[in-house]
Amino acid sequence: MLLLAIDTSTSAITVALRGEGVAASATVLDARGHSEHVAPLIERCLASAGRTPAEVTGVVVGNGPGPFTGLRVGIVTGLVFGHARGVPVHGVCSLDALAADAAPLVGRRELLVATDARRKEVYWARYAVETVDASTPERLVTRRLTEPAVDRPADLPDDVRALPTAGRGPVLFPDLFPHAIGVLDVQAATLAALAEERLDGGEDMPVEPLYLRRPDALTTAERGAR
Amino acid sequence: MSADQPLVLGFETSCDETGVGVVRGETLLFDAIASSVDEHARFGGVVPEVASRAHLEAMVPTIERATREAGIRLEDVDAIAVTSGPGLAGALMVGVAAAKSLAVALGKPLYGVNHLASHVAVDIVEHGPLPEPTLAMLVSGGHSSLLLVPDVTHDIRSLGSTIDDAAGEAFDKVARVLGLPFPGGPHIDRVAREGDRVAIDFPRGLTTGRDMERYRFDFSFSGLKTAVSRWVQAKEAAGEPVPVADVAASFQEAVTDVLTRKAILACREHGVQNLQIGGGVAANSRLRAMAQERCDAAGITLRVPRPGLCTDNGAMVAALGAQMVLKGRTPSELDLPADSSMPVTLVQA
Ligand SMILES: [Zn+2]
Repeated sequence: MLLLAIDTSTSAITVALRGEGVAASATVLDARGHSEHVAPLIERCLASAGRTPAEVTGVVVGNGPGPFTGLRVGIVTGLVFGHARGVPVHGVCSLDALAADAAPLVGRRELLVATDARRKEVYWARYAVETVDASTPERLVTRRLTEPAVDRPADLPDDVRALPTAGRGPVLFPDLFPHAIGVLDVQAATLAALAEERLDGGEDMPVEPLYLRRPDALTTAERGAR
Repeated sequence: MSADQPLVLGFETSCDETGVGVVRGETLLFDAIASSVDEHARFGGVVPEVASRAHLEAMVPTIERATREAGIRLEDVDAIAVTSGPGLAGALMVGVAAAKSLAVALGKPLYGVNHLASHVAVDIVEHGPLPEPTLAMLVSGGHSSLLLVPDVTHDIRSLGSTIDDAAGEAFDKVARVLGLPFPGGPHIDRVAREGDRVAIDFPRGLTTGRDMERYRFDFSFSGLKTAVSRWVQAKEAAGEPVPVADVAASFQEAVTDVLTRKAILACREHGVQNLQIGGGVAANSRLRAMAQERCDAAGITLRVPRPGLCTDNGAMVAALGAQMVLKGRTPSELDLPADSSMPVTLVQA
C-alpha cells in the first residue's frame, strides 16, 4: 500500500506519502499559492521516497472545510491523480487531522478545532479524545462530536470556546479562544494515517468538498424580492 | 511520441465551461465540454464561485468522456496543455491544478498557455495551418481584441481592445433591456432575423475624428448599450410598443459594423491578407455574414471556426499545445501560476 495524501484547507499546502517503509512529506506555508505548489510538492515527496506515481495505490484528500479556492486545488489534484493512475480517492474531514495532532498534547478530554474561515469567522468542530482500550492508555483516538460548522467565534458557546483549541482560530482571535494548542495547520502525514485507519476499519470515505457556505450571489428572483 | 503528430490533451476552465479537448497534430479527435451556463442563468450572469464549484465536479467526468470518445488512453498522451490565464482566478486554478496533477501522475510535459492565443490556434484543427501573419479578432463576453499574430506559439501583438464592456457583455446587457434571457448573444441573433437592421441608427463607438487617432483599433460598447436602453425607455415612456426585433437588429448591426470595419482596417494597415474571428460572438450570424462580405470586397481571406469551436473549449487549448510541441517550445515549469490577468502578449506561462 502506498497512500498519497493532499490537504490545502489551511495555510499549509501539504503532501505526504505513506506506506510500508515509506514516510515522506512536504509542506509549504502560503495562504494563496495553492495551485502553484501542490504538484511540485507531490514530485518532491515521490522523489524523496524513491517512488514513482505508478506505485501509488490510493489517494487521500482533505475535504476541508477551508477557504474555497485553495480547498478545491487540493481536491481536484487528488481526484485527477487517482483517475490518471486508476486508484481510489478518499476524503477525510481536514479538521479531524488537526484534532489528531492535538490529542497527544491535551490527553483524555475534549478539544476544539477552529480554523480560519476568512470574513471574521471560523470553521470549527468539537472532539473527544479517548483511549482505545484500558491496556494501552497511551494510545489516544479522537472522535468528532459535532458536524463541521462555520460561525463567528463570539457566537460559539462559552464552554466550547474555553476548550483547548487547535487551528489558527486562537491566533486570529486570541481573546475569544483563550486556550490555544500549538497545532496550527493540517499535516498531510496525519491525514494519511487517519485514512489508513479508516480503510482498515472498512469505512466509506467519500470525497466531498465541505464548503459550508453557499456562493455569494443573489438569483434574479431574489434580487427582485429585495 | 510521434514527433509530427503529438497527442495533446487541453484543459480550459477560465470561465463557465469545463473543457477537455484531444488533438493529434492538427486533427481534433474530441472536444468534451461541461457547461454550468444553466446554473448562471438563474443569477443573470456568470457567478465565479458557482463556476468554480462546477469545474471541480465536472473535471474527472469530462476527462473520462474526452479520452473515451477520442478513443485514446491517458498514458498515450504526449503532452498536456492548460489555460493559465486570463480568466476568473478561482476557475482557472481548478484547471491548472488538474492539468498539473495529470502531468505529474503520467510523467508528461505541461504547457501553460494563454486563453486568447488558444482562441486563435483552434482554427488550425478546423481549416489547417494558420497563415503567418494572421490578424485575429476575438470577441466574446470576456474579450474584444484585435491581435496581430506573426506566430501563435510565441509572438502575438495587441493592436487594440475594448476600453469598457466586452462585445458579448453588450449583447447580454441589451438582451436584459429587451427582456431576453441570458446569455444574450444567441437570443438577440434569433430575434434580429425578423427585424430591420437600419430601423434605428445607433452610435458606432470610437469610429470618428479624434477617436480614430487615439483609439484606432480599440472598441467601446458602453455608449451603445446606454443608447439602446435610453431609446427603449423613451418608447415605453411614450406608451408605445417596443419593436424588439428592430432594436435587436439595429443594435447587432452597430456592433458588427464597428467590429468588421476596424478589423479590415487593421488588416489593410498591417498588410495582412488573413483575418480570423473567434470567441463566442463569432457565432453571431450577422457578424459572420458582414465579415465575409467586407473581406471579399477587400480581398482578404476570412477564417471563422464553426460556432462550437468559437466559444470556450478544451480543443483550442489542445490545438495550441500541439503547436507548442511541433515547434519545439520548452514545456512550462510545474509551479506555473494561474494568472487571471495574463497579458495577451505572453503566449506561454
Ligand atoms: Zn474565451
